[in-house]
Amino acid sequence: MTATQVIAPGWTASPSPLPVFEHRLAGYRRIWRGSVFSTFLLPVLFLLGMGISVGAFVNRAGELGVPYLDYIAPGLLASTALQVAIGETTWPVMSAFSWIRTYHAMRASPLRPKDLVGGETLFVSLRVGMSAVGFLIVMILFGTVHSWWGVAALPVALVVGAAVAGPVLAFAATIKSDNMFALLYRFAVIPMTLFAGVFFPVAEMPLVARWIAYASPLWHGVELCRAATLGWPPLLPVAAHVAYLAVWAIVGYLLACSRFAKKLTD
Amino acid sequence: MVTTLALPRLIARTQGSAGRIGAVTARDLAAVRHSGYWLVVISGFFEPVLYLMSIGVGVGGLVGDFTLADGSVVSYAAFVAPAMLAASAMNGAMAEATFNFFAKMKWVKLYDAMVATPLRPFEIALGELGWALIRGSLYSVAFLVLMVALGLTTAAWAVAALFASLLVGFAFGGVGMAISTLVRTWQDFDYIMVVQFGLFLFSGTFAPVESYPPVMRVIVEVTPLYQAVELIRDLTTGRLSWGSLGHAAYLVVVAVIGLAVAARRMNRILCK
Amino acid sequence: MPDEPLIHARGLVKRFGEFTAVDGIDVDVHRGEAFGFLGPNGAGKSSTMRMIGCVSPPTGGMLRILGLDPVRDGPQIRGRLGVCPQQDSLDPELTVTENITVYARYFGIPRRVARERAAELLEFVQLDERANDKVEPLSGGMKRRLTIARALVNEPELVLLDEPTTGLDPQARHLVWERLFRLRQRGVTLVLTTHYMDEAEQLCDRLVVMDRGKIVAEGSPRELIERHSTREVLELRFGEDALEIYTGKLAGIGERVEVLPDRILVYATDGDAAAKAVHDRQLSPSSVLVRRSSLEDVFLHLTGRTLVED
Repeated sequence: MTATQVIAPGWTASPSPLPVFEHRLAGYRRIWRGSVFSTFLLPVLFLLGMGISVGAFVNRAGELGVPYLDYIAPGLLASTALQVAIGETTWPVMSAFSWIRTYHAMRASPLRPKDLVGGETLFVSLRVGMSAVGFLIVMILFGTVHSWWGVAALPVALVVGAAVAGPVLAFAATIKSDNMFALLYRFAVIPMTLFAGVFFPVAEMPLVARWIAYASPLWHGVELCRAATLGWPPLLPVAAHVAYLAVWAIVGYLLACSRFAKKLTD
Repeated sequence: MVTTLALPRLIARTQGSAGRIGAVTARDLAAVRHSGYWLVVISGFFEPVLYLMSIGVGVGGLVGDFTLADGSVVSYAAFVAPAMLAASAMNGAMAEATFNFFAKMKWVKLYDAMVATPLRPFEIALGELGWALIRGSLYSVAFLVLMVALGLTTAAWAVAALFASLLVGFAFGGVGMAISTLVRTWQDFDYIMVVQFGLFLFSGTFAPVESYPPVMRVIVEVTPLYQAVELIRDLTTGRLSWGSLGHAAYLVVVAVIGLAVAARRMNRILCK
Repeated sequence: MPDEPLIHARGLVKRFGEFTAVDGIDVDVHRGEAFGFLGPNGAGKSSTMRMIGCVSPPTGGMLRILGLDPVRDGPQIRGRLGVCPQQDSLDPELTVTENITVYARYFGIPRRVARERAAELLEFVQLDERANDKVEPLSGGMKRRLTIARALVNEPELVLLDEPTTGLDPQARHLVWERLFRLRQRGVTLVLTTHYMDEAEQLCDRLVVMDRGKIVAEGSPRELIERHSTREVLELRFGEDALEIYTGKLAGIGERVEVLPDRILVYATDGDAAAKAVHDRQLSPSSVLVRRSSLEDVFLHLTGRTLVED
């Protein structure tokens, strides 16, 4: 220990995820316009198209207990968190491995694989947080937030982001062709968005589909967000939902660290 | 005498052209077999099916039966399904005509090699469109089979809808390529995607345009996806009218203009 | 008819906006020739090649390729040309063989014939063992050879090669040269651009030297050297001194003296005699080299600049 300290001058801090985070931030400054446009506008369009337009025809029986717009808005918040987190951990990560090879440059510095994973996760959290704040403001403007608990939807969005960022980082470090991302969207992201309780109650689906929805991280995020903005009690205790998402986040993080280490060692 | 000589020559020339267009499509068919791309292509079929199941059936459970403008009553799924077919024809064609086409032209420089052969830019555009249509019609056939199985349309109308969906793919393929020749950077595709998604949501897809605010309704009615949705919905619900012909004519015009612009711009980009 | 040139250009001009890339050149290339455009980067060689390849319409002047008009008869002419562009434009999504067979279809060559020809051509460019590999992992030299093979698939009457060995290592260059030499022996007409004088000397029967869009000399490599240079060149280096001071001290030795930033060239019929004369004047260069005159010297004499300016 003492020997290392003698060799390394004071300003050579021990490796940390921060420089990786800063790198992503520097890149994002150049492209934020298009990205804000798509990550903010898409859910708002969804909110208008489904919530208001279709909403006029939905729920005439009143079985949801709230207007359809209010019902899907928190669901869209959670699914936005998911979309943003996955968007930032797929093609950009593939590019840093194979195309621009940023990670290989980072690997030549004292940074460790877990710093790369940590830095990416930090950046994902920032992006998810930004999108969630923007969307929550829109939700308030449309009068869909019924309770002060609505603010709690923001940390929920961050947890959802972290829950999917880890596993997808691991996936991105494993696959050989970026064609696999298209499959990830088709067979995981889009089905989750459509069937994990965002647009209609999961209870309406047949049993098998229902249990697949329960297993998806998005459903837990949707339940928590809906509980927060509508002031409803969630189906399970809050701690159980959070714990389930935390397991995804932690296992995903560890998996990503080991996949990154493997990919950068050969 | 002149005509007897000119005609065979003209035929020989167009045959050559048709062969070259086919060769460009054949190139895409050869490429799709590699690197798992075929999985991406095949699995594209699931997207409209998932939307149909989620919005048409799932949300449809909350909507119940649906009264159309002319007073006829259909299930919500039967209302949404033709719109999903039209949207999937648009998305399939646009995926090839925007992102992939741009990559081939600006990044891989594939067309630089092609123009060094007897191929001309408009033949390249048509060949690429041929592949986009093959891809789109795979989705349309599968989706229509599903619709018939679910009782959302009849087999005879489904065949007619297949041709309509090819026309939709043709129109959006032309428009997509024209846009791609004008686009400068990858980031611009974010905007194209948002516009495409806006069209997907607001083209009378999930709710009839009659329910939109008047100003918005007028705007929606001039966009191509609305015309496509209406045409296909007329067919799958069996309510053909003169209006349907109007929708079809609109799409033909859009396709021709799109292709003409694309070929012109390609000529300028590739044959400087 | 047999004497009609394959390429016939008079006052050929290519402008991009204000910039004139090709400034009125006259060129005739005859059947069976190996013809070269020699010049530095930016001399207008690639623009000329693109006009000959019928992918870039001339701005002015007259151009006939195979006796046809490149603007009106583009597809017909291109069907009889083979083009090997400066940047490899291979299809990364296809295998080595498919790159040739798919390309063959653009010429209307039947599938079966395309497959046979692909096999022959891959053998010719020594890539038959990589036939089913993807293009991506191939080395630069292999990719260039594949591009050449692809350009030959339609049995072209005229093959255009734009900088065929730029960016290749010496071994890969020699392999490409050897294949092109075989093509020449088969009587294929070759037109190539290069900024390597050794490449021009190796491959060309006849060449033009281009500079800033104009042709500054024309002839066989030997003729050009005889006309614009001496038989031998004496290269002198003098440590780190400013070389200009030697201009006066060397006056009268050889026919002509050129001072470059790092060395002095003395043009003389007898290099050894010139070296002795330098020695007799009590000048002590740090290195002395006598060599034969090359096209580099021709270019230096014609333009006052070297070909490869790094």
